[in-house]
Amino acid sequence: MSDSIEVGGRTLATDEEGYLEQHSDWAPDVALAMAAIDDCELTDSHWAVINFLREYYEEYEIAPAVRILTKAIGKKLGKEYGNAKYLYDLYPQGPAKQACKYAGLPKPTGCV
Amino acid sequence: MSKKPDFRVPELNDSLEVPKVKDGTMAHSKPFISKPELNLALGYPEELIDNWQEVAINKLGDMVNNSRALRVYMDTCVKCGACTDKCHYFLGTGDKNNMPVARQDLLRSVYKRHYTLAGKYLPKLVGAEDLDEQMLDKWYTYYHQCSQCRRCSVYCPFGIDTSEVSMAARDIMQTIGKSQKYCTEIIGKVHKLGNNLGLPAPALADTLEGLEEDLLDDINVPVKLPLDVAGAEVLLVTPSADFFAEPHVDGLIGYAKVFHQAGISWTLSSHASEAANFGLFTGSMGNMQKIAIRIREAAQELGVKRIVFGECGHAWRVAYNHLDKLAGPFDFLDRRYPLPQHMVEVTHDLIEQGRLRLDRSANDAKRVTYHDSCNVARASRMGSKPGGQFSIPRDVINASCNYFYEMPRNTTKEATFCCGGGGGLLTDDLLELRVKGALPRMQALKQVNDKHHITHMAAICAICKSQFAKVLPYYGFEMDQIISLHQLVGDALVFSAEG
Repeated sequence: MSDSIEVGGRTLATDEEGYLEQHSDWAPDVALAMAAIDDCELTDSHWAVINFLREYYEEYEIAPAVRILTKAIGKKLGKEYGNAKYLYDLYPQGPAKQACKYAGLPKPTGCV
Repeated sequence: MSKKPDFRVPELNDSLEVPKVKDGTMAHSKPFISKPELNLALGYPEELIDNWQEVAINKLGDMVNNSRALRVYMDTCVKCGACTDKCHYFLGTGDKNNMPVARQDLLRSVYKRHYTLAGKYLPKLVGAEDLDEQMLDKWYTYYHQCSQCRRCSVYCPFGIDTSEVSMAARDIMQTIGKSQKYCTEIIGKVHKLGNNLGLPAPALADTLEGLEEDLLDDINVPVKLPLDVAGAEVLLVTPSADFFAEPHVDGLIGYAKVFHQAGISWTLSSHASEAANFGLFTGSMGNMQKIAIRIREAAQELGVKRIVFGECGHAWRVAYNHLDKLAGPFDFLDRRYPLPQHMVEVTHDLIEQGRLRLDRSANDAKRVTYHDSCNVARASRMGSKPGGQFSIPRDVINASCNYFYEMPRNTTKEATFCCGGGGGLLTDDLLELRVKGALPRMQALKQVNDKHHITHMAAICAICKSQFAKVLPYYGFEMDQIISLHQLVGDALVFSAEG
C-alpha cells in the first residue's frame, strides 16, 4: 500500500495501512476516497459512526471504546442498531479500525 | 471477517495433521518496520546503523556471557527432532524455519561462527553462518513468527526455550535499529500515557463512568469501577483492552461485580492503566522495568494494600516471574496476600470462602470450553499449589456454569496451543500468520464442538480474546464465541445485601 492518498488534488500522508498521519488533514472527501478504495459506499449510518468518532476524538484525543460507540449509535439510529453486530455489518474490517481510518483517527493500538 | 483473504485459510479436519516441511512458505511475512521517531523514543537507533554486523555480534557475545541459560540453549541442541511438529506456526504454515529447531538455528549458527572454536575455523562443518544481510532478513522474518509461547520447550529433552532465543534476537535487532513498529509504538505509548492504547486519563474516566451507568441500567446494582481512589485495598492492574475492546470489557465488568459483592474496596489507576508489558516481547529488560515501575508508583501513591492483575497472559508472566525484581521491594503492601495475585485467584478464594454466590443456571444457554493462555499455562503458575494455573480457572468456570467441556488433552494445560497472536504479533500486518497459526487451536475447538456443540470459548488473556475475535470467522465460527472468564462469573453472580 502506498503511504499517501490523493483526495481532491491534495496528497495526504498516511501510514502503511492508509490511516492519515495528520488528523487535521481530514475532510469528508477523505472518508469518501478511503471508502472508495475498499469498495464501500458510505450511507447515513456510516456517517453517523464517522461523525461520532470525530466528536469523541475532539474531546478525548482517542477513539471511543467499542461499547461507547455502540451505545451512541443506538441513541442516534435507534436501539436495534446499538450493537457490535450492526457496526460490523457497516464496517466489516471492524468498527474500531475501519471506521477510525475513514474518520481520520489513528489506528487503535494494543491488544485490540 | 473482513475482505476475502489473499491467502489460503487452512482446512479443519477430523484431527490435527502435521504438514509436509516446505521451504519459505512464510518468507514474505514480516511486520512493519518501526518508524525512526518511535525507535528514538525508546533509546534505539533511528534506523539500521552502518556497523550493524559488528554491533549485533558484540551484543550476542554480551548476551551469552550474561545469560548462562542462553549460552546453554545455543550450545546444547542435539537435533533430536522432538520440537519439530510442536509449534503452531509450523503446523499452520509448514514453513521449515517455523520448526523451533530451525528458528533457534538462525541465531545459533551465528553464535557458532563467532563464539565457538570449531565455528571460527571450520564453519561449514558445524553449521556456522555469517551474519549477512540475508541472515538479518531471516531473523526479522522468523523471529517475528514466534509468539514466545514455550510449547516447544515442553517437549525439548533439554528444555531449550525458543521464546528466550526469539527475545534475544529481537533485542539484538532493536539495538542495531531494526525494530518492529507494533511493539515500539505501544511501548512508547505506555511510557507516555500509561497504557498500550494511548488512552488519556479523562477518556478512561469517561469510559468507566459509562460502564457504571450501563451496569445500573442492566442489573440495578450500583457496581462501581473506581479510578485513582486513594486508600483502596486493591489496585487492579488490567490490560487496557479491557476498557476498550469486546469481549474484554465484559471481563472487566465481571471483576467489578466480584469486588462489589465481596465488599472489597478497589481501584484502577490512570498512571498504571496497563497490565501488558511489551518489553518482554522485545527482550528489553530496560523497557520491561520502566513499565513495571509505573505499577509500583501507582500502588505507593494510592496507598493500596494489594496488587491484583486482570486477565492478561504475558502481564501475568512478567508479574509472576519478575515484578519484585523489576520494581521491588513491595514491602509497603499487606504481606498476608500473595504478590502478585491474579484476579481469577481472588475470585476462586472468595468462592471457596463462601463469599460469592453463583447461580450456574444463569449460564445454561452457554456450552463452554476453555483455552489455556500460553503465558499463564507455561510461563507462570497461580495460587499455592502446583498446577494451580490449570485448576483455578477451571474451578471458577465450573462454579459459574453447568456445561463445561475440555478440548483434546494434547491441546490444553501445559500442552496448550498459543492463540496465534501472542508475543507481539497481534497486528494486522501479520494477519496471514495469525490466521494460519490459529489452526491447531481452531482444530481442537472443532473437535470439542463436534461432540458437545460448544457455544463459547473462555480465555484469560487480552491478546487471546482479540486474536480469536478476529480469526474465529476464518474457520467458520462466530467472532463473539470468545468470551472473558469473568464474564461467566459476572453473569452467574447473585447479588444480595448479605453477600
